[in-house]
Amino acid sequence: MASFPRFARTVPCLIALALFAGPAVPGSAGPAREDFLITGDAPGHPGGQIVVALRSEPKTLNPVLATDITSRDVIRCLTADLIHINRSTLKTEPALAKSWTVSPDGRVYTLKLRRGVRFSDGQPFNADDVVFSFHVYLDPKIDAPQRDQLIVGGQPIAVQKLDEETVRFTLAKPYAAAERLFDGVAILPRHLLEGAYRAGNFSAAWPITMPPAQFAGLGPFRLKEYVPGVRIVLERNPYYWKEDRAHTQLPYLNRVVFLFVDSEDAQVIRFQAGDTDVLSRFDAQDYAVLARDQAARHYRLFDLGPGLEFDFLFFNLNDLSSKGLSDIAAKQAWFRDVRFRQAVSAAMDREAIVRLVYHGRATPIWGPVTPGDKLWIDNQIPHPPRSLSRARQLLKSAGFTWNNAGALIDPHGKPVEFSILTTSSNVQRSQMATLIQDDLSHIGMNVHIVPLDFRAVVERLLHSYNYEAAIMGLANGDADPTPEMNVWLSSGSTHLWHPNQQKPATAWEAEIDRLMQQQLVTVNYAKRKQLYDRVQEILSQQMPFICLVSPDILAGAKDRIANFHPAILDPYALWNIDELYVQ
Amino acid sequence: MTVGPHRRKLWIALAFLGVFHLAVFCAGFLAPYNFAAQHRDLAFAPPTRVHFIDARGQFHLRPFVYGLRYAPETPSGFAPDASAVYPLRFFTRGAPYKVAGVFSCSLHLFEVDRPGRIFLLGSDAYGRDQLSRFLYGGQLSLLAGLLAAGLSVGVGILIGALAGFYGGWLDELLMRGAELFLALPWLYLLLAVRSALPLHVAESQVFLLLICVMGLIGWSRPARLIRGAVLSARERNFVSAARGFGASDFFLLRRHVLPQTYGIVLTQLALLVPQFILAEVTLTFLGLGVGEPMPSWGSLFSPLQQYAVLVSDWWMFLPAVILIPVFLAYYAAADAMQERLKTVTL
Repeated sequence: MASFPRFARTVPCLIALALFAGPAVPGSAGPAREDFLITGDAPGHPGGQIVVALRSEPKTLNPVLATDITSRDVIRCLTADLIHINRSTLKTEPALAKSWTVSPDGRVYTLKLRRGVRFSDGQPFNADDVVFSFHVYLDPKIDAPQRDQLIVGGQPIAVQKLDEETVRFTLAKPYAAAERLFDGVAILPRHLLEGAYRAGNFSAAWPITMPPAQFAGLGPFRLKEYVPGVRIVLERNPYYWKEDRAHTQLPYLNRVVFLFVDSEDAQVIRFQAGDTDVLSRFDAQDYAVLARDQAARHYRLFDLGPGLEFDFLFFNLNDLSSKGLSDIAAKQAWFRDVRFRQAVSAAMDREAIVRLVYHGRATPIWGPVTPGDKLWIDNQIPHPPRSLSRARQLLKSAGFTWNNAGALIDPHGKPVEFSILTTSSNVQRSQMATLIQDDLSHIGMNVHIVPLDFRAVVERLLHSYNYEAAIMGLANGDADPTPEMNVWLSSGSTHLWHPNQQKPATAWEAEIDRLMQQQLVTVNYAKRKQLYDRVQEILSQQMPFICLVSPDILAGAKDRIANFHPAILDPYALWNIDELYVQ
Repeated sequence: MTVGPHRRKLWIALAFLGVFHLAVFCAGFLAPYNFAAQHRDLAFAPPTRVHFIDARGQFHLRPFVYGLRYAPETPSGFAPDASAVYPLRFFTRGAPYKVAGVFSCSLHLFEVDRPGRIFLLGSDAYGRDQLSRFLYGGQLSLLAGLLAAGLSVGVGILIGALAGFYGGWLDELLMRGAELFLALPWLYLLLAVRSALPLHVAESQVFLLLICVMGLIGWSRPARLIRGAVLSARERNFVSAARGFGASDFFLLRRHVLPQTYGIVLTQLALLVPQFILAEVTLTFLGLGVGEPMPSWGSLFSPLQQYAVLVSDWWMFLPAVILIPVFLAYYAAADAMQERLKTVTL
């Protein structure tokens, strides 16, 4: 919980297209079978159901309005996109678009749609649905969360229907791997939603309480039943457009039952008791508990190693002259000194965080790209071990001294004392703060921990800037540099240490701006990697974020669930729900 | 009516509470470690066993403990290492501490030789001694709980007595006010209070704040109860008689009416102290409690909200288990006092 909202997903076109050519098999219900997508996983057999717990009730079934994780988890099973990111390879692959071409200047994408695909209510799908969907997503009045990612070079993507099966997307600027933009943009049924959209009440369309018959999507399942406070049940979509190698139409499962279980602990207990079949988004402590009776209770646990999420400490580097926060502004003289930040980093016991907070299921990091992001991590970033003497040396060179009691004194004779903001609901971050407090006391810093509820923390970080230092986590939405634009650009709204700058406050932030803009329009992977490596190098030297650890992605499933391949990219567990089957 | 059993019960309860409060007062002396000292290689270590008889069956007058080695195959993750023997030392000089916040001291009741460690109640997620944290935490929680309970019952007596005794518009006003306090969305108000405070609040201020917040939230229930008791008491014949003889309102309240409410006051006090000790958990969650590394009983209980701790680390329950007889003693003392009052008034 409590990570920042996932960022717009965008990016590189360096990935080879893996096109599946399906042989024509005379069909049952559903599309003209020559255009079926044939999946690569082991063929299973149809039937059965799985039960999954959701942390809260979905707020809506409308893909254009959903912002919360649970709504999106359910909607993902009900809808489909044009081009999809395969969670296990992290590469793009065809979905509703069976192929696409890119113009030489990288600005025009022409997508060929699958023929004969039908919505889950039996109505045909064609280019008009695509044009309508993008029209809705791009409507500023609707304010879809996906809208930001569909604006390239300051201009919305232009969508044009060429014929019933061909759609052309034109970008204002070339954009590295723009096909990643399409992931998660669910195609809507024009025949069901255009009326509401024209009437201006789209934001009321498809609430969670809607009658199932009025819902239609292109996903593997369709809506069957919603029982408030208890569960939401999905049933197999007989018109789904994928089949396995043995030409069995997907999905295999007849039903998916989402139960509403409102705490992580309760979810863990119900999984352990066998009430639910799949578990994801739980912490390492619970992993240890579940691992004890793994065999006896017939489930498997997966530790996928570091994901795309990382935890870090950072200092308030905002311009506070207009905020009336003179106490904090006075301390910024320390925070702005890179040697101070480097000393703090050198004093951190990252291994202790891994061991005590994550029970060994995390990886220490020194830069913001996690080891899980194998394509983009710069392996040249040094990994200096914890060194209090180096920390003292850095502080000494910056003019700090120590008094008789061992307290650190700044060049103006003031003792170094500051507070670290954490989210009280996040056990891991609170624990990290306690360790950091102790670590920093060894170099004479007097640190206070201020735990606040998540909203109050975000308010202080992004609006009032009334904090001194904070511990946060960020989860990258994709294994690619572009979704991170908002974090690294000095004008970005999640450039946490100093957001929304008019012009870069420091030379190194200006250089990062330049590099990030450049990688955005660079198509060649090696060249982009070079640019992004330089960004990582600057960040690891300047340490606006003192990166601490990247937690492992953990998942669990009952033994009888086959084809379960959890991934490090959201949704970790159910991304291939159409291929899951019950043994 | 026999007075004996009640009196005995009262004295037993008070003696127990006295010893317990004294132990908490002398936390620095009884605790082997500083509450913030982390032993990171011994996180979630089970309670250390104190031995008199060694592996060869030999008896030692001076008790000793074994060192712990990391043993992932055992349920607790640690196993005693019989080759590392650390004897207990009594009345040693160790980590400095302050008595009553004033006098510096470094005398400790017991310690073990380094690098051995003794965690009689086990250790927490950072390898901090739970016994030391429990004793130090009590200093804050007990005092805050007692003072806050005193404050809310005091305010409750004042308002309940005024409302019940005078009735009429004053009663209406005060009781509607009490209902308003019961109905207020405290969570949001506390969030607002927190955002109005500076980022870091000093410990002594937090302490006062805790008492004020809990006292303020807690007064309306005792006030309503006391009002009810006062209402019925003022109609008693002997009260009317005293009034007829020209007794003043103040005398009536003090001599005849308020003594009728002592039972309620004492039970409310006994109920509110444990309640306020637990309320502090919530306040800490909202950023209104004392921050790490300062312990409080509330912060000692908060790991118990995690399922993994509940099922794996049984010793994390010990602080709560120790508090059960303490709270029971509070109830018993209140009960005995109430009984005694009854016998006295009869």
